[in-house]
Amino acid sequence: MLDKTPSDGPDAAQRPEADTVGPYAVPITLRVNGMTHTLSITPETTLAQALREQLDLTGTKIACDRGACSACTVWLDGAPVCSCMVLAIDVGAREVTTIEGLAAGEALHPVQAAFIEHDAIQCGFCTPGLIMSCVALLRRNPRPGEDEVRTAISGHLCRCGTYPHVLSAVLAAARAAES
Amino acid sequence: MPEDVRTRSYPVGIAGVALGELERSVPDDEAPPLPPNARLNAIGRSTPRLNGPAKVTGRATFTVDVKLPGMLHARMLRSAHPHARILSIDTRAAERQPGVRAVHVIEHPLGRANEIPSPGEPDAAHRRVRYVGDPIAALAAVTPQAAQAALERIVVDYQPLPFVIDLEDARQSDAPRVFDRPVRTEFFLGPAPQLPQHGNVHGPDTSASRGDAAAGLRAAELVVEGEFRTQVQTHCCLEPHALVADWRRDGLTVYISTQFTAGIRAELAEAYGLPLNRVRVVVDAMGGGFGSKSRIGNYVLAAVELSRKAGAPVRLALDRREEQIDSGNRPSTVQRIRLGARRDGTLTGVAIEAYGSAGVALGASVGNFAQSIYECADFALEQSDVFTHAGPGCAMRAPGNVPGAFAYEQVIDELAERLGLDPITLRERIDPSPLRREQRRCGAERFGWSRRQPPGSSPGTLKRGLGMAQSHWPALIQINSSCEVRILRDGSVEVRSSVQDIGTGITTVLAQVVAEELGLTPQAIAVHIGDTDFPAGPPSYGSRTTASITPPARNAAYRALRLLMQVVAPSLGATAEGLIARGGRIGTADGSRSITFREAAAQLRNDQISAVASRSDDYGGFGRRMGDAAIGRMGLGGVQFAEVTVDTETGRVHVERVVAVHDCGRPMNPRQIESQVHGGILQGISYALFEERILDRHTGQMLNPNLEQYKILRARETPAIEVHVLENYQGNSATDAYGIAEPSIIATAPAVANAVYNAIGVRLRVLPMSPAAVLTALGRVPSRSAPP
Ligand code: FES
Ligand code: FES
Repeated sequence: MLDKTPSDGPDAAQRPEADTVGPYAVPITLRVNGMTHTLSITPETTLAQALREQLDLTGTKIACDRGACSACTVWLDGAPVCSCMVLAIDVGAREVTTIEGLAAGEALHPVQAAFIEHDAIQCGFCTPGLIMSCVALLRRNPRPGEDEVRTAISGHLCRCGTYPHVLSAVLAAARAAES
Repeated sequence: MPEDVRTRSYPVGIAGVALGELERSVPDDEAPPLPPNARLNAIGRSTPRLNGPAKVTGRATFTVDVKLPGMLHARMLRSAHPHARILSIDTRAAERQPGVRAVHVIEHPLGRANEIPSPGEPDAAHRRVRYVGDPIAALAAVTPQAAQAALERIVVDYQPLPFVIDLEDARQSDAPRVFDRPVRTEFFLGPAPQLPQHGNVHGPDTSASRGDAAAGLRAAELVVEGEFRTQVQTHCCLEPHALVADWRRDGLTVYISTQFTAGIRAELAEAYGLPLNRVRVVVDAMGGGFGSKSRIGNYVLAAVELSRKAGAPVRLALDRREEQIDSGNRPSTVQRIRLGARRDGTLTGVAIEAYGSAGVALGASVGNFAQSIYECADFALEQSDVFTHAGPGCAMRAPGNVPGAFAYEQVIDELAERLGLDPITLRERIDPSPLRREQRRCGAERFGWSRRQPPGSSPGTLKRGLGMAQSHWPALIQINSSCEVRILRDGSVEVRSSVQDIGTGITTVLAQVVAEELGLTPQAIAVHIGDTDFPAGPPSYGSRTTASITPPARNAAYRALRLLMQVVAPSLGATAEGLIARGGRIGTADGSRSITFREAAAQLRNDQISAVASRSDDYGGFGRRMGDAAIGRMGLGGVQFAEVTVDTETGRVHVERVVAVHDCGRPMNPRQIESQVHGGILQGISYALFEERILDRHTGQMLNPNLEQYKILRARETPAIEVHVLENYQGNSATDAYGIAEPSIIATAPAVANAVYNAIGVRLRVLPMSPAAVLTALGRVPSRSAPP
């Protein structure tokens, strides 16, 4: 709905200060999962909202909207961040990767496959965020110990209690990649 | 006319311990007895979740992901006062705001105790708000931002009234009243007798009492007493309460994050005077409920009303603060227990006096734990609700039994110590359940119970302790549960029911059940559920889903297969009765002639054959029947063992290891069962150590209405967990399967508490067992004046 820019808003050129943005919608460019999108957002729009509401990438979930649960985890240039704590206009040229960008076509990422195999899923609402953090961990540390996996997911909240199966899934995926 | 019945032989008992056979008379059209899991192909295997790929790729559609063309966004206006009379509400300015399409004022809020109306009272003209967050109005606009901005333009003229937040204050006779008139009692399991009400105290309910507890206590050789306090816990489902309501001329469709599609449909139909065939309720992926998404609430009716007014679909999703203050909670309790016993451990009398607060609702119960688990003829339970100006409680995973077990299992432990008995030895004497007997044996061995040292004997500042506790939960069944199985002409198969998968994995279990019957693989079965266009299924609460829907699923598959066999029998030169389905083929039992399932389906005269089955009565009969639901004759058990360390310098309790032994009849999918038991244990530890809703008694505001100051267990606090599930056959239904969600949380907090006692030699009778509570119990810091 945000793409319906109020037409009665002044142009940037008419604004009191040229480098002031808002409160009306502004155009931005987002690079997401290898594709470039141009969208129009109000300045307070978070990356999580822009992904979900404008780009229909609803795999990224919002549960607290204030950086307390990590359900909204995506990567910015490969590093996991809470997308509810990032303004879309601040993303700039950085590459956004979401859960939708992880599988190569129909082939699941090995961590995604391990989550299914180990049943590291119950309701699944926290799952996309958890997977983004776990894959990021294996990219920077292909052979983590259990304690390192716990640290990597320590900011995530899973109310259903999938943590034991998440730990076994990630450790198994790391072992499988090694052999 | 009596149905045709047939006598058949069913496996009964615990596999690997004592498995026998039992003759049952069952209706003729029931699927034949299933052998134990060891002889099955699909049931009893850890089939990976069929909706796993959708959930790990982000493709799964949760209610918050539903987007309809022209959809509006709604927000709710909530009371900032804990108690006030609303003198007027002016919505005109809000209605004129850009983008606003509809405004709705809530006049008769749901989800709280209902005052028995008394016409002509002066107060009747004005609505009262009774807690911070009490919904007042809602509006829908083209964007969430526009809705939020317009909300601030609604002008409410409040007349603030005195309020009471603290449980003990509320019990005083001069406390501000939450309700002026008596309220109706409604219970989870049906109507209850009207109870007395004095001030804010509603009760006591003494209906669970039996015998003469006072005489029993007098006859005791030993009496153990204790007072226990438990806090308010909030559900914190990761997906918020949310719906998209789409009111159209020809009917209402509601996409909603719910535990009971068929129930929501019935409630909406009643609320709007619509026939059931004009209301459709849909849920695909569902992000957690734990009891709080069982019924319609104010937010549901508000969204439907706004959609009706605006003539457009309306999305309403609560934000996290709303979740914390107004989406239900587990009520607080105070429990005073007196328990009398003879020297040999026999219980002679038990008296429990309990009260607690579900805010403006009823339901602060201690459940049926103490009255059911151990033998004692003389038992008294007096429980009361105390109203406070706080958000309404509702069912939360094993309501009543979670706080009830926390207290009672500690008293039992204390009795064992006073008698000089091992806690397990005492339970051997007083617990009649043969299941828990086996669970204690199995658990004690795997846990290494013999390592347990005397209480408080652990050396050093980091003290180690071992504890155990038991679980009891009734085997609930929804009799009003139906399922359709369709075999299509291309050999594909569909299962259809309105039952919903809230993360428990019933989708996969249904596929396993139907695959077993049809001789196919679970992956070949398409499971279409979570939609009231399909036959009405059970709710996902009360741990009743599996017990309610898997028998009709199997019977429907059996009946559809019979129809298919009648069609193909001539081509195989056999009678339908002589055919079996196995390994993707249909053929004669001796294997001499067979065709593939696909070839068989191709012979269908029409595009499909279909059978619908509904839940039959348990073959051995029910223990009790209440409307659409029933209670099985045998309860569900469980025994859990916990190993903790307690840092006596910082007061921090850490749970290092839990061993859990449970039963759920015939286990359908062991890995999914393990997942649910993990969930029960982790929520139980979180309840025991961390979670607490904190209300400011001076303002009625919740001080931690978020997910960082409302502390919940995470990965760092997750212990090593071992789960063992007994295969327990009773010959009760076509699948003989039961649920596990609630049994798995009940024993956790008391097992941890008993382990903490074993570590430090001081008993913690207040939840949560926070560092402050531990240090206070150890006498290292002065006690807080009164618990909130
Ligand atoms: S939704 Fe972003 S951290 Fe919770
Ligand atoms: S699977 Fe439900 S919150 Fe994690």
